[in-house]
Amino acid sequence: MRARNYFVGAAFALLAGGMAHSALAQDIKIGEINSYSLLPAFTEPYRKGWQLAVEEINAAGGINGKKLVVVSKDDGGKPADAQTAANELVSSEGVAMLTGTFLSNIGLAVSDFANQKKVFFLAAEPLTDAVTWSKGNKYTFRLRPSNYMQAAMLVEAAAKLPAKRWATIAPNYEYGQSAVAVFKKLMSEKRPDIQWVDEQWPPQGKIDAGPVVQAVAAANPEAILNVTFGADLVKLVREGNTRGLFKGREVVSFLTGEPEYLDPLKDETPEGWIVTGYPWYSIKTPEHDAFLKAYQAKYNDYPRLGSIVGYQTIKAAAAILAKAGSTDPEKLIAAAEGLSMPSPFGAITFRKIDHQSTLGAFVGKTALKDGKGVMVDSAYKKGADYLPSDAEVEKLRPKD
Amino acid sequence: MAFYVVQFLTGLASAASLFLVASGLSIIFGVTRIVNFAHGAFYMIGAYIAFTLTERLSGAFGFWGGIVLAAIAVALIGVLVEMVLLRRIYHAPELFQLLATFGLTLMVEDLVVLIWGPDDLVGRRAPGFKGAIDFFGQNIPSYDLFLIVLGPVVLGILWLLFQRTRWGVLVRAATQDRDMVAALGVNQKWLFTSVFAVGVFLAALGGALQIPRDAVHHAMDLRIIVEVFVVVVIGGLGSIVGAFVAAVLVSELNAFGILIFPKISIILVFLVMAVVLIVRPWGLFGKPEAPARKTPGLTVNPWRPLTQNERLMALAALVIAATLPLFAGNYALTVGSEIAIFVIFAVSLHFLMSVGGLASFGHAAYFGLGAYGVAFLAKMAGLPMIVCLLLGPLLGCMGAAVFGFFAVQLSGVYFAMLTLAFAQIVWSIAFQWVSVTGGDNGILGVWPEKWAASPSHFYWLALGVATLVTIALRAMVFSPFGYALRATRDSLLRTEAIGINAKRIQWTAFVIAGTTAGIGGALFAYLKGSVFPDNLGISLSVDALVMVLLGGVETVSGAVIGAIVYKALNIWLVSQTDLSKLVLGGFIMLIVVVFPKGIVGMLEMLAQRRRKASPPGSPLLAKPIESAE
Repeated sequence: MRARNYFVGAAFALLAGGMAHSALAQDIKIGEINSYSLLPAFTEPYRKGWQLAVEEINAAGGINGKKLVVVSKDDGGKPADAQTAANELVSSEGVAMLTGTFLSNIGLAVSDFANQKKVFFLAAEPLTDAVTWSKGNKYTFRLRPSNYMQAAMLVEAAAKLPAKRWATIAPNYEYGQSAVAVFKKLMSEKRPDIQWVDEQWPPQGKIDAGPVVQAVAAANPEAILNVTFGADLVKLVREGNTRGLFKGREVVSFLTGEPEYLDPLKDETPEGWIVTGYPWYSIKTPEHDAFLKAYQAKYNDYPRLGSIVGYQTIKAAAAILAKAGSTDPEKLIAAAEGLSMPSPFGAITFRKIDHQSTLGAFVGKTALKDGKGVMVDSAYKKGADYLPSDAEVEKLRPKD
Repeated sequence: MAFYVVQFLTGLASAASLFLVASGLSIIFGVTRIVNFAHGAFYMIGAYIAFTLTERLSGAFGFWGGIVLAAIAVALIGVLVEMVLLRRIYHAPELFQLLATFGLTLMVEDLVVLIWGPDDLVGRRAPGFKGAIDFFGQNIPSYDLFLIVLGPVVLGILWLLFQRTRWGVLVRAATQDRDMVAALGVNQKWLFTSVFAVGVFLAALGGALQIPRDAVHHAMDLRIIVEVFVVVVIGGLGSIVGAFVAAVLVSELNAFGILIFPKISIILVFLVMAVVLIVRPWGLFGKPEAPARKTPGLTVNPWRPLTQNERLMALAALVIAATLPLFAGNYALTVGSEIAIFVIFAVSLHFLMSVGGLASFGHAAYFGLGAYGVAFLAKMAGLPMIVCLLLGPLLGCMGAAVFGFFAVQLSGVYFAMLTLAFAQIVWSIAFQWVSVTGGDNGILGVWPEKWAASPSHFYWLALGVATLVTIALRAMVFSPFGYALRATRDSLLRTEAIGINAKRIQWTAFVIAGTTAGIGGALFAYLKGSVFPDNLGISLSVDALVMVLLGGVETVSGAVIGAIVYKALNIWLVSQTDLSKLVLGGFIMLIVVVFPKGIVGMLEMLAQRRRKASPPGSPLLAKPIESAE
């Protein structure tokens, strides 16, 4: 049942009005917020991931001997509701830090809340560069590779393609806009000979795929950048396949290799797209093997990228708390800056300069295998290699 | 050239999908006057059930059989909903059914995830329509051609059904004048049930037919419902041909619009609707509604100011509310502030809807404009908080003045939809004008100054403003202006006959309501410290409607109770469970059935019964007076 989002019996205490504390005083509480009801496809595996992490941490003796408790809240996909939840977690649950969020605007809303209320916030999912750069603040850290990093990883592969005429298809909101903007900028730096011949901006979640595919085809590009995902991606791929849009054209696509978005495509998965993603079936490292084994043993299901993000968010939170030896936000910040830790993708570090973690992503190509979409020829790209120079970051980020 | 032909055909295919769903909505509305918010939910269930059936049943027969079976199954669910739920509330105030179907929609969104799981589902392609046909080097999917043919075929069948069968004659008669049809001895119950079933069948069929081209997921309903409403209104309510033409118009404008303005899709349908309604107030093929036969004052308790005792009770409640900071923690106070702000928002809509008889579907626009007003003043001009709070709502006022001028030229559902269109236009400006509004990332850092920063101080501020606003609007209800406004609501013709400039009165009311909503928005910006396009969005407008309806649309200040109950429950449920929509939807449906006059309306009726030994008339026969007519 999805309703059980509280960890270990905290639910009944909460029902008693949010005043009672069933958790013992020496427990360490983390507040977690995500769009569980709006985006279950991503947040369900995410929840499983962090629950696994909590279990592992407590089995290993907790944080400096104290038990870790995660109190989780749904934000319904609305920034205002996320702030209500953040407020509840901080004011009446007394959590040591906030974590989570998926959508960029919610990540920013919670980050602004954290800055105002002087609470430590570890953003898990939101991709917007603003979280760590233009609207960054000293209380906010971020785990996932940002828009810029993913764009830089894709550009590295895309620049090698011979194609000169490019078209873009992206959802019409901040994520799509900034993904296209960064990709274009980095691409044009590497390949001044490139022409951008068309751009399509379907509304997020409401793509009318037929006309969009037709319009892109009419511009006759040699390569296409796609930023749509979820149900929009399905529609785009289906129309594109039927109308032959992808035939003889290179496609570079954000996030499409993530199981959340790749698996629904089943036998209609287009082949040869250059994508970022998470090929859990072909990662052969001891760190990932351990994670995969534990995850499959607990849930009898394979992990999605959300599982990794949820797992690592809580692992990172625990590492920060353990190093700080305190729940004081200033000490948490000091502990987190420059902190390195293991992850299923290998060691990662939270950079002091912009509070971005160096978690990377896999870049590879899509392929069909037994009627299912998979990523092949994939390689892990370390996040640290795809960030701009410190001098540039200094310029992007306001002074605290 | 071939490209333009193919683009045109692609537009037609999109139009066909839209038309199927829209025609169902149009039929239901035309006859039963239900604003069926759950139409999108039926569309979604149709897709889910069709997915399951087409995966289970094999072969071409299995596929097409599965599609039809799914539509029939959902139609049966629709019949059940109509008989169990809607039949009980046909006599409730108009728009109250909106509340019931809204509750149903909330429940369905959670239920489909519980039943079919959270992942996007991709069904199989239609047998025989998998590929594409080459048209001078352009590919047209054969399934698109199938849809292009299906649209007019369904239109033809519906036309025959309505023109050539006795049932159709009755439906058309009921669309024109359902009271007269009832007076002539037609069994309305079964007529309504059958119409509802046909409408739901079409919605589910529309959803099921998306299987080969779309992904099935739990947000499909929201994606389609607003668009379908818009199509129905552009075409003219109750007009099937109108719905078809409107669907084609919207789809073709989109197909060709994106060639020139790739970002147009986000707002196109609303632009078209705004233009059409301003030029043709009843849609392309709609007819002016006959003046409703209303007999206000006979069956409804006339409004009266509070008695001395009631005033004392209200004062006591206020005093208790004001002492909250003495014993409640910071979180409770922040929630209290939020509720107080939503009281302001709800009473502002209530003023327009109950007193003025103008139900706005886009009231959040003025709330959000107030919030953006504050954000601009605070972040760009750097003005102090008190000045921002005073001046910020002026943006809401200006918006209401401009849009209200056009909106009050219409009435009923057309008024509602035009306000929705304006709200969506404002929303898309906030969403798209990234350099000024920050787009969907919003404007951050709008926090209150020191004197109001503590939760208790802010709570007192919000409570104080909410109290003042409620008192002011109440005073206005019983002022000469209030009487004139109620007159325009009860009978526009008679009002104008005695020399009241009805449009000007309504426009003034619109501006008052918009400004008041702006005050709520201004406080909201400071409460949250940030402003997002969400603050202008449809879901907030719907929230306001729900609060007013829940409190009781026929009451003077029911919205206050409606706002408190709905907002408190909503915040509590979201905090307690991921299935908040399921529980909240169930609760709303329960309220609808148990309290068909809203919470306050029901309490008033009970009090009334106690006062008089014999009530003036059975409440079941009471005809509503406010409404969107």
